[in-house]
Order: sequence, then structure tokens, then C-alpha cells
Amino acid sequence: MTDLIQTPEAKAAFDARWQRVMDCVALRQPDRMPIGMQPTFWLAKYGGISCKQLMYDYEATKAIAERAVLEFEPDVHSPLVLATASGNALEAIGFKQLNWPGHGVGDDQPYQYIDREYMKPEEYDEFLFDPTGFYLQKYLPRVAGAFEGFEDLPSLPGLHYFRLVGGIRAFAKPSVRAALEKVIKAAEEVERFAAHHAAFTQRMTALGFPVSYTTTSVSPYDFIADYFRGATGMMKDLFRNKDKLLELLDKASVFLLRHAVAGAQASGNPVVFIPVHWAPDAFMSPKQFETFWWPSFRRMLIGLIDAGLIPMPMWEADCTKRLEVIRDVPPGKCIYWFERTDMVRAFEVLGDVVALRGNLSPSLMTTGTPDEVDAAVRHLAENVFHKGGRLILDCAFGIPDETPVANVRAMFDAARKYGG
Amino acid sequence: MHDMTDPERQLVEWLADMNEDDAVDLAKRMLLEEGADPLRVLELCRAGMDIVGKRFEEGEYFLPELVLAGEMLETVGAIAKPLIRHAPGEEPKKLGRVLIGTVHGDLHDIGKNIVSFMLDINGFEVKDIGVDVPVQTFLKEIDAYKPDVIGLSGFLTLAFDAMKETIAAIDGAGLRGHAKIMIGGGQIDETVRSYTGADAFGTNAVDAVSLCKRWVGVAA
Repeated sequence: MTDLIQTPEAKAAFDARWQRVMDCVALRQPDRMPIGMQPTFWLAKYGGISCKQLMYDYEATKAIAERAVLEFEPDVHSPLVLATASGNALEAIGFKQLNWPGHGVGDDQPYQYIDREYMKPEEYDEFLFDPTGFYLQKYLPRVAGAFEGFEDLPSLPGLHYFRLVGGIRAFAKPSVRAALEKVIKAAEEVERFAAHHAAFTQRMTALGFPVSYTTTSVSPYDFIADYFRGATGMMKDLFRNKDKLLELLDKASVFLLRHAVAGAQASGNPVVFIPVHWAPDAFMSPKQFETFWWPSFRRMLIGLIDAGLIPMPMWEADCTKRLEVIRDVPPGKCIYWFERTDMVRAFEVLGDVVALRGNLSPSLMTTGTPDEVDAAVRHLAENVFHKGGRLILDCAFGIPDETPVANVRAMFDAARKYGG
Repeated sequence: MHDMTDPERQLVEWLADMNEDDAVDLAKRMLLEEGADPLRVLELCRAGMDIVGKRFEEGEYFLPELVLAGEMLETVGAIAKPLIRHAPGEEPKKLGRVLIGTVHGDLHDIGKNIVSFMLDINGFEVKDIGVDVPVQTFLKEIDAYKPDVIGLSGFLTLAFDAMKETIAAIDGAGLRGHAKIMIGGGQIDETVRSYTGADAFGTNAVDAVSLCKRWVGVAA
């Protein structure tokens, strides 16, 4: 792949596509219903390679991703290299929280997160008192092999004067030296990974295709539940460690927001994608949702909006009972992507507040016929988009890995047929 | 359970109300200081779990309460069981046997575990054979356990094909017999049920309990 210069035609196409999405965000009528494209391992099926190849072969991944974008011409595509080609980087960092193709799951299976207790309940105080120290000495060695040895680092706060001079002796320990060398090597691989992502995104830009977002974030609750306490640990904390959990949610909302703002501002793309795991109706009571889940997340949303960014939470599963609560954001600033929530209902409750994205069902996309896909797109176009809903058409959470290519063609064809 | 003493009633209430510390303290006192019959205490735990299950079915309780209830049951059970000196009386008759597992390729277990817990507290004998279960393991386990209901769980879209394949193999091996097959998971709907050839689907633990009760002829 060589660098391309964006032609005036490509620039016009790029601007028109991006404007379509930005019109939706601003709750203005776009010239037609925009279409989003977010595949992960579907690209392997589309390109005729294994999931493992897609994870490890940067060039193959970029070539297949480009072919998909050029064939379907989405208004926005996801960061296709970042989402799939992380195998070398994960190997280098010795990442323990994921099983991926060729590393814990079969060569043709998608990666899967390993839900575990990565922080013990009695460690809340330590994390709250010194998040960085907790990360360095406890969390990082637990979740990534390259950091094993960081347990031997000194506690930095409190080092002063000659204690500071003496305190750095730990950096000469063989365990710490070995860890630092591994981390540097891992970082070099992540640099290559990021460079491929940047090159792909620039090339798509030159060809006229905007990337939907390049920064992702997480709600404070999901951050603690998924990556620290584990699903059942977190649910027990709602009763056993309520006050400490609330304190950590507050603290996490601050540093998660800082990360998201810095990432998005550096990338130049204002959209921040936030997959939402623990908000669904079935996962907690309305009272628990309004106590534990929503307040810290809302603060993050407002912080992102105040920084001139566009939060795009993807509300997984069915969040129908949450709609009235999550309506409480300034109008014209967010994209709410729904997975299983009925989109017509979401439009009725939220249509005057947020742009919508989604939500062709995974079962339809993987087992249905092109005619059935056509009918489902038509339903969304007629009952949401043409009734004033600022809908970005997409699948429920991106194109399911097993989707027949004919169904993806049917989705794009139907969106153009009914979304004009 | 009608003939309860005041402390017994209190234990059931604290268990049902998620008052973990008081419930566990009281159960400990009853067992370790007052010499209560451990089988009686376990019976009281069941009564508490019955209320938890009902509140879950009625939409008052959600997953966090089920998880904490399971923990309380385990804590009290761990104290009570070693104290059982005589052979337990006749165990209450189970409503039926359910074999449950997450299909091959899928490592998710939270939904499956909650379904197992809810079936257990609703009177079913449950055998949970774990995650990423190969087709051959399902066949072997079904043959040995002779379940009334087979539950296939899966969270990822790859589970659609794995479920279809597992069900076809169960049919092919002549093991379906009178057993009913239910599938469940975050992405499961009627389209997937029809695709896989399952008898029914559910998206939560209440659905699973209702299906099993209906199939064994108990009013749900």
C-alpha cells in the first residue's frame, strides 16, 4: 500500500459522508440515511483467511479491510486494523485477560474476554489511595506478563531527598530490568500496530472514507466490573463494599475521562466509542442503575461533550427500561447505539435528544435471507429515519462474524434504497 | 414452612432481604452456640431462597441479589454440612433433571451459572458440565445422566452453529428421547431457536425455570 493524495472528488465524497453523520448528531436531517460498517472477524470470512491470520498479518488485514470498504462504501467505518490485527501486540505484552485465535481459542474463533477477579475486594483502599502504585505493583503484573517484575518496584510516593536516591536501587534488580526490557519490546510492537492503523485510516481518508471513531472508552462501572472485580465480584460489592465502590466510581470517572479526551483530541476524530456492558435491564434494578451505573457515566458524557467531543455509547442487550434515565444529556451531542433495544421505542423516547445507531439483529444477519435483511432495513428506515429519527443504520453491534456476505450486501443495498 | 420460631423466621427474612451479615451471624449462632439441627437450618435457607427466587421472577430482584443469595447459601451450608451427624432424612423429591453447558467455542458462563442456581432453588437437580463443551461430551453426559431437560448456553454468535451442531448430534445419536432442549443467551431469539432445532429458547433465568416446570408438568 502506498500513500495516496486525496483528490478533490475524494474530498467531496469524504465530506459528504462525514456531514451525513454529523447532521444526525446535531439532530438535523441528513441528505440520506448514513450507514455504518463495523466488522471484526467477519473480515476473515469476507477475505477468505482465518481469524488468526487476521490478528497477526497486518498487510493481509489492511488489504481485506480496504476491499470491504471499497465494495460497500459505508459512510463511516470502524478502525478496522485496531479491532482485529492486535495479535502481535498482545503476544508481546503477554496479555492475560483475553483468549484470541491461536492463543487460547481455535484459529477460526473470535477473541473472548476472560472474566476473573483481577482485584480482590480488600484492595479497594489501596487502589483508592494510590491508583498508580496499585497499577504498577499489583494490577499490571496480574494482567500482562511483560509487567511481571514490577511487583519489585518501590512505592514512589514518600521517596524524598536521599531516600529518593536510594529508592531507585530497585530499578537495577534483575526482575525489574527484565520487565522493563519486555515492556520496551512490547511498546515497539504496539508502535508498529498503531502505525498500521494510522496508515490504513489515512489511506481510507484519501480514498474518501471517514473512520467512525478512533478512541474508545468505558463507563466507570464497567471498567471496575469487567477489568478489576469480575462480574460476580462486582455484583457482591453492590452490597458488601457499596461505599468504597461509589468512591472508586467517582475517581475512575475522572481518569477515564482524561484518557478519552486526550485520545480523541490527539486523533482529530471527535467520536468516542463506548461499549456498554452492565447497563441492560436484566442486570440490575432501576435503583441500582441510578445509584451505581448512571451518575459516574453521565459525568463522563458531560465531560466529553464539554471537551467538544461526541460520545457514542453502544448500549448492549435490551436497555428499554433505562431510556428515560439516559435521556438526561444535552440534545444534539451524542450518538446512542442500541443492540437489542427496540429502535422504534428508542426513537420515541430519545429522538429529540440523540442520534441513533443500529440495530439489525445478529440472528437475522447470520441466519436470515437477503430478503429478510431488506425487510428489516426497510422497517427501520420507514419507522425511525423517515419519521425524523437521526438514524445511522448498522448491525446490532457491528457485523456478526458469521454473516453471509450476501446479507451484508443486502443491508447496504436496502439502506440506499429506503434511506434516500 | 409454617411452624417457625421467631429466630427462624428472622433468619429467613434476613436471607430474603439480602441482610448478609445478620443472616450469617444468626445462622452461625444457631448452629455453633445453640446446637440447632443443621438440617433445619438448611431448610430455613431454602425457604429464604424461595422468596429470593419469587422476587426475581416478579422483577423486584435482579442478578446481584441472586449472586449474593448464592453466596449466603454457600456460607451457611459450609458451616452446617459438617455438623450433620445423622443420615439426612428423605431428600425432597426433585422435579426433574437438567443437564446444562455452554456450547463449544464459547467460554461465557455467567448466564449459565445464574440459570443453574435458579433451577436448583426451584427444586431441579442440575448437572452443569461447564463451558466450551464439545459435542461428544454433551452426548456422553446425556447418555449417562438421562436428563429431562438439556440446556445449551451461548453468548457469542458462533454459538448459533455450535448449538445447531450439538442438537443435530443429540438427534443423530438417538439421545433426544423424551428430553426437551432449551437454548439461552444474550443473542438468542426465535430465529435462532428455529435455526438450531431447539424446543424453546429463553433470554433469562426466569424463562428457563418456566420452561423446565412446564416440561416436567409442574405449574410455573
